[in-house]
Amino acid sequence: MMLVVFLLAVLPFSVAEAAEGVQVTVPELSSSDYPVIAGVNSRVAVWLAAQLHLWFAAFVLAVPIFVFIIESIGVWTRDQRYDEMAFEFIKVSITAYSLTAILGGLLAFSLFIFYPQLMTYLTGVFSESMFYYALLFFAESVTLYVYYYGWHWLQGGDKKWIHLTLGLLLNAVGTLLMLLANAWLTFMMSPNGVDTAGTFTGDTWGAIHNFLWNPINLHRVVANVAFGGSVVGAYAAFKFLSASGEDERAHYDWMGYNANFIAITALLPLPFAGYYLTAEIYEYSQQMGITLMGGVFAWLFIIQAVLIGTLFIAANYYLWCGMGRSEGAHRYYPYIKYIAFVIVASFLVWFTPHTLVLTNEELKALGGPYHKYLGSLGIMPAKNTAVNLMILFTAVSFLIYRRSNKLPTVSWVQTGNALQIALFVAGIANILILGIYYGYFTNTVYKVAASIPQVLTTLVVIVISTVIDSFLYKGAEEVAPLRWGRVPDRSQYALFLLAVAFTWLMGLMGYIRSGIRQHWHVTDVFRDNSVDAFTPTLGYAANVVSIGVVIFMAMVVFVFWISQVSSKKSYPEGYWKTA
Amino acid sequence: MTQFLKIAGFSLLVISLFATYSNLGIPQIKPAPPPSQESVDLSSMDMDSFISLGEKIYNTKGTCTLCHNELGGRAPMLDNLGEVVSARLEDAGYKGSAANVVDYIVESMNEPSAYVVKGFGKVGTNDQESPMPDVRSGSIGLSEAETLAIVAFLQDSSGLDVSIEIPSNVEEVAEVPEEVPVSTGGQGGQRAKYASAEEIVATLGCGACHKIAEFEGAIGPDLRLIGQSRDAEHLRQSILDPNADITEGFVAMMPPIYGDQLFASELEMLVEYMASLK
Repeated sequence: MMLVVFLLAVLPFSVAEAAEGVQVTVPELSSSDYPVIAGVNSRVAVWLAAQLHLWFAAFVLAVPIFVFIIESIGVWTRDQRYDEMAFEFIKVSITAYSLTAILGGLLAFSLFIFYPQLMTYLTGVFSESMFYYALLFFAESVTLYVYYYGWHWLQGGDKKWIHLTLGLLLNAVGTLLMLLANAWLTFMMSPNGVDTAGTFTGDTWGAIHNFLWNPINLHRVVANVAFGGSVVGAYAAFKFLSASGEDERAHYDWMGYNANFIAITALLPLPFAGYYLTAEIYEYSQQMGITLMGGVFAWLFIIQAVLIGTLFIAANYYLWCGMGRSEGAHRYYPYIKYIAFVIVASFLVWFTPHTLVLTNEELKALGGPYHKYLGSLGIMPAKNTAVNLMILFTAVSFLIYRRSNKLPTVSWVQTGNALQIALFVAGIANILILGIYYGYFTNTVYKVAASIPQVLTTLVVIVISTVIDSFLYKGAEEVAPLRWGRVPDRSQYALFLLAVAFTWLMGLMGYIRSGIRQHWHVTDVFRDNSVDAFTPTLGYAANVVSIGVVIFMAMVVFVFWISQVSSKKSYPEGYWKTA
Repeated sequence: MTQFLKIAGFSLLVISLFATYSNLGIPQIKPAPPPSQESVDLSSMDMDSFISLGEKIYNTKGTCTLCHNELGGRAPMLDNLGEVVSARLEDAGYKGSAANVVDYIVESMNEPSAYVVKGFGKVGTNDQESPMPDVRSGSIGLSEAETLAIVAFLQDSSGLDVSIEIPSNVEEVAEVPEEVPVSTGGQGGQRAKYASAEEIVATLGCGACHKIAEFEGAIGPDLRLIGQSRDAEHLRQSILDPNADITEGFVAMMPPIYGDQLFASELEMLVEYMASLK
C-alpha cells in the first residue's frame, strides 16, 4: 500500500526531473535491419499481440471502474444485490487480468524481437516511465488481489469503507498505468520533447505530455467503459442462456440489463470524444487529419458507421425486448416502430457514401458518380445530423423503458411531460436546422461547423430530460411488476452482438489510429524502412482484425467458463481416506 | 454445450459479416508505397523538365494539394501568385524578409507563418500562425532542389516568367511514384496503366455525360470536336477542376475526381487526345 502511495506522489515529479545528459538519437534503418524470424510476418504478429493485449487491458481497466460505482450504489442503497453483482463482475475480470499480463509480455517480446531498434529508441526516451510502469503493475496486482480476495472479508461498517477505498485505489493505479502506456503510443503519433531529428535529450515529461496524449486518454477511458460493459453483458447473456432455474435467469437478466446500461451510457458520449480526438489530430497536423478523414482511410469510416449503427440498433432492440418484463410497457409499444424507423433511417444516412464506386454501365445509368438525391446524404453534415438523431432516439428508448412499469404521482405530470416533449422537439429541430443550413447553404469551409452545436444540443436534451424524468417519476406507483428473467432468448443475442461489434470496432479504430502514421515508426522523425512500411488495403486490415476478434472471443469464452468452474465443487465418494 | 455452440456460431457469423462487408462492400484502395530517394542529375535538365519535376513533387511528395485545393478550402490557392505577392509583401501583417516572388515562395514553404493569408491561420491565433508545416522537416522533408522545382512550377502555373536557375549539382530527389491511390472498385489493387486515351474514355465513363468517341451522353458538352475550340491547357484544367469554367447552357456537375484517378502521363495522353479532336 505504501508503495502505491509513494508512486502516486513521486511519479509526476520524477518524470519531470528527467535524466540530464541523456541523448537518444534516431537510427537510420534499412529493410535488412528488421529481423525475419521463422517466416513470421512481423507486422501482423505485433499487430495481433498488441490488439489482443489492448482488448484485455481495456476490459480489466474498465471493469473496476463500474464495479466501484456498483459497489458504492450497494453501500448507498444497502441493497445486497448490487454488492453481489459487483463481485461477479470483478470475478470475471480477475481471470482476464492474468491473460492481460501474459499478452502484455507477448507484445513486449514481439516488439523487442521484431523491431529491436525502434524499441531501443523508445526505451531510451521512456526508460523512467517504463520502470515506473513495471512498479505500478506490481501495485495494481497487489491492490486487485486484496480487493477481490478480501471482498467477503471486508464487509460491513468500517471494513466496507476500507474495501471501497481499495477499489478507488485500484482504479487510480489502473488509470495511471493506462496513461503511461498511452504516452508511449501517442508519442509515436505526435512526438514531443525531441528535436526535429528525433533526438531526445531528457525531457521525459515533454515526451509524455505530447499533443495527442490527453485526447487519447479521454477517448480510451470512455471507450473502455463501453467495451467493458458490453463484455460483461455478454457474460450475463452466456449465463442467462445456460441457466437452469428461474431465479438464475432473473439474476442474469438483471445483470445483463445493468451491463447494457453501462455500455450504452458510455457509448452515448463516445462519438463526442471521437470528434475531440479527430479535431486535435487536425490541429496537430492537417496532413495527418486529411490522411485520416479524406485519404485512403476515409472509406474505413463507412465500415465504422455500419458497426456503430449495429451497436445502436442492438442496444435499442435489447431495450425493446426488455419492455416485455412488465405488462405496464404495453402502452408504449406503438411508439417503438417510430423510434425504430428514425434509428434505421439515420443509420442508412450515416453509411451512405459520398462518391460511389461504379462500373461504367452503372455510371451511365446514374448520370454521374453522385446519386441525384442520395449523393447529398454522403457529406459530413448529414452524417453528423444522423448520428445525433440516433443518440437522441436511443435516449427516448431508454426513457420509455424506464417508464414502462410506472405511473408518476407528482402533481405536475402534464407539465413535466410537455416540457420533455418540447425539449426533444426543439432539440431535433435545432439539430436539423444546423445540419441543413451549414451543410448545404454555406461555404465548404463551414460544413462541419455545425457539429459542435449539434453535439451540445444532444447533450443538453439528454441531461435535462433525464433530470426532469427522475423528478417526475420520484415516488411513482408500480403499474405492473417488473419480472426479471421474462425476456426472449433473442434479446441475449443482442447483448452478444453488442460485445462482438464493440470488439471489432475497437480493432478497426486501433488499426486506423496506428495506420495514420503511415511509413513512420514515430511520425516525421523515425522512418519505418521495413518491407511492411506500406498501408494495407482495408480488406486486409479487416481480415487481421477479424482473426483477432475470433481469438479474443475464444479467450473470453474461456474466461467465462473458468470463472464458472471456480465455483463448482465435486465430492467423489470413496476417493479420500476418511479420518 | 448446445447453447455454447449457438453462441459461437452466432459470433462467428457476425464477425464474418463485418469482414465480408469490408472486403466486398468497400473499394479496396491500395495506397501508394512510401516515397524513396533516387539521384537525379539536375545539370542535364532543361527548364520544362524542371517545372514538370516541380509539379510532380507538388502533387505527391510535397502533399501540397492536400490543403491547396478548391474543395477543402484549407489553404489559399496558389495559381495567382503574380497578382498577390507584391501586396502581401507590403501588408502590415507580413513578418518575413523576402524582397521578390521567388524569395517569398521559398519563405512561405520554409517559414509558413511569415505571412498568413486572412482566414487560413490556425484556430485561435487570429491568423498569426499558419497550420502549414515547414516543408523541409518531417514527413515532407523537401530538399533545396525540390523546393526550387516547386517554385519553378508555381511561377509557371501563375503565368509568371520562371526566374530561378536550375541547381547544377546532382541532388537526392524524391523518386516521385506515379502510382496514386486508384481504384475502380471491387478487387482493386494497383492497376495497370491505361494503354490509350480511348481506353480511359471508355473506362472512366466520360461517355455517360459527353458525346465522345462512340458514346452519346447528353448531360455535358459535346466533345467530338472539342479541339477546335479549346487548347490543351484549358482541357487539362477542365479535367482537373471541371467547375472552373462551365460551358454556357450546362450546370456544374462534373466531379473533380478524374485527376486523382489518372497517372500524370495518362492525364497528358487524354489531354493530347482531346486537343486532337478537330
